[in-house]
Amino acid sequence: MIGNRIAAALAGVTALSLALAGCGDSGNKSSSSGQSVTSLSILDYYNNDPDKALVQKGLDSCASKLGITIKRETVPGDTLIAKVLQQASSKTLPDVLMLDNPDVQQIAATGALAPLNDLGLNADGVIQGMVDATSYQGKLYGLAPVTNTIALFYNKTMLADAGVQPPKTWDELKAAAKKLTKPGRYGMAFNANATYEGSWQFLPAMWTNGGDETDLKSPQVAEALQLWVDLVKSGSASKSVINWTQGDVKDQFVAGKAAMMVNGPWQIPALAKAPNVKWDVVTFPLNKPDQTPVAPLGGEAWTVPLNKDQAKQQKAADFVKCLNSDENELAWAKARFTLPTKTALLDQYAQEVPSMKAFAEQVKTARARTGKLGDKWPDAAKVIYQAIQLALTGKASAQDAFKQASG
Amino acid sequence: MVHAPTLTPSTEESGPQPVRKARLRRRRGEELTKVLFVAPAALAMLALFGYPVVKNLLMSVQDYTLRTFFTGQAPWVGLRNYTTVVKDHLFSQAMVNTALFTIGSIAFQFGIGLALALFFRRRFPLGGVLRSLLLLPWLLPLIVSSATWRSILEQDSGILNRTLMGLGIVNDPVPWLNSPSVALIAVIGVNIWIGIPFNVTLLYSGLAEIPVELYEAGQLDGATGWRGFRYITWPNLRAVASVLLVLGVVYTIKVLDIILGLTGGGPANATQTLATQSYQRSFVDFKFGQGAALSNILIAVSLVFAILYLRTTRRAVDE
Repeated sequence: MIGNRIAAALAGVTALSLALAGCGDSGNKSSSSGQSVTSLSILDYYNNDPDKALVQKGLDSCASKLGITIKRETVPGDTLIAKVLQQASSKTLPDVLMLDNPDVQQIAATGALAPLNDLGLNADGVIQGMVDATSYQGKLYGLAPVTNTIALFYNKTMLADAGVQPPKTWDELKAAAKKLTKPGRYGMAFNANATYEGSWQFLPAMWTNGGDETDLKSPQVAEALQLWVDLVKSGSASKSVINWTQGDVKDQFVAGKAAMMVNGPWQIPALAKAPNVKWDVVTFPLNKPDQTPVAPLGGEAWTVPLNKDQAKQQKAADFVKCLNSDENELAWAKARFTLPTKTALLDQYAQEVPSMKAFAEQVKTARARTGKLGDKWPDAAKVIYQAIQLALTGKASAQDAFKQASG
Repeated sequence: MVHAPTLTPSTEESGPQPVRKARLRRRRGEELTKVLFVAPAALAMLALFGYPVVKNLLMSVQDYTLRTFFTGQAPWVGLRNYTTVVKDHLFSQAMVNTALFTIGSIAFQFGIGLALALFFRRRFPLGGVLRSLLLLPWLLPLIVSSATWRSILEQDSGILNRTLMGLGIVNDPVPWLNSPSVALIAVIGVNIWIGIPFNVTLLYSGLAEIPVELYEAGQLDGATGWRGFRYITWPNLRAVASVLLVLGVVYTIKVLDIILGLTGGGPANATQTLATQSYQRSFVDFKFGQGAALSNILIAVSLVFAILYLRTTRRAVDE
């Protein structure tokens, strides 16, 4: 009897410890460096349709070109980095990994990614902003087939009714926003929340005015912040902008509660579902007429995590190369309202998809967030959104906000 | 004959010895079985509670960053993480906010919970239905609650401001989540709403255990209404109440999801608490060492209350 019980208890204990051990380092890549690679694992964050299915199409066509099968996993956008970290510590990173472009340098800095130059890839013909974003210490770590940026959407009907032209300068923007504001409607909507998204939406104003993330206490940056402050203080934009996400901003615009908004082309499918909202897009207004609009580059890059299995790593690189072929760039850009990253394709694309014209123009001069600061960008982005919050809530003037935020 | 005397004691001795040995063996076997029965639970505790706590302590004295996940290297930095987070310009504000949030939430949760529990002690039609409806905030996922409250509290079109203005209570919309001076109050308000069911449930069951005879006897002595509460209800409820308050503090001090869902710590850091700061350092800035240091400070504060809780429950049992 006792013997049986002991045996049972022992079995329980061993089962438990085995189960615990199983959580550990069981996932070492099977280094079966055979000649033929038959399948690649892929991780990305396009977890919602239509994007999910549209991306799948491009992945499938590249897979059949290379004669392999793919195992794709998608996770929600805000959990991707956590997933990557978990996979990194258990050595189970996928063969092909999608990363948001400002994250590429941070992950490359950890030594997790394979330099693509060594695997026969290059970024020839790609807009400089994207090359900056996907390079780290002079080496290329990712390639982005498509990109996006933000610009100024406006409601055509509302502007026509008020007799307002789409603004080209900040003064015109402020005047137009004021004129378009009436009970139940704001002239302008943007996102100034306390996340990296809030910093991203501020960059067109900051960069266009000559501000720079390496010197956030400069008068040019303060001037840009003053634009946000003026819009909110005058009542032309809601005080709620400090809590809005870009999705909230789009909702306000679609509901007719905002006449203009700063947003990106990924909102176009949602706007298309509200056919009574007639809209168009212009590049972000300039402070002084001699400036050129500079917006931040969005979009995701495809990278190849380091792999002991050389053949697999090479195949993964070939796969990324295929995703960045002219053909796939155009296909994804057209289907998903994004922009090809090769300069040569942009003009052709703008002609074929007129609604993307303003974005195509803006992308040519756009900058990457990590272009100058690299993996130190998040620190600057944090100071930016905190300064915006301080200024918009009246806790600091636009001049002092950045000093206070960098604490 | 010669052998007889020597044989007899040996047989006398050899008789009980195997019995004692067997008993000893059986007792040892029992001990072993006990240990083995406890072992799975103990291992589970070690793996699920011990390991994370030790790991968290370890992380807080290491430079644990993104790189660590890939290389496995986390250089020892001593107490530098602690000094960094304490010297941060947001730390004192986060401490004050955490205190205000905890005290404000607990005081009102308990007060309203007690009032409702007393109210539902009276029997009236639909009382049971209403009482179970009260549990609703508890059943909703916190992320749903906070998203719903975010839209209720919206400054321009939120239903709360619309109602208040429609009734003429306020002239201008209240910037519930948009003003640094109001946001913390709004967040505390939502947390009170979420915490009431827990308080009502425990206090109600505490009230149910007070013998009716006490009230009948009290009535003869003139202890009715307020005096009845003061001299009969409250003394009998004290044990439940003290446990509830201590548990409430431990639960409230670490609240993260509601604040993240409502304000994300904003506007202008007006609703940053130790918990949101720790989250941000770990999962937004990827400075896991500093995040761990902050959460250890939080754990230390909770621990003080947990010890209080253990002492009050022990005293309750002793009584």
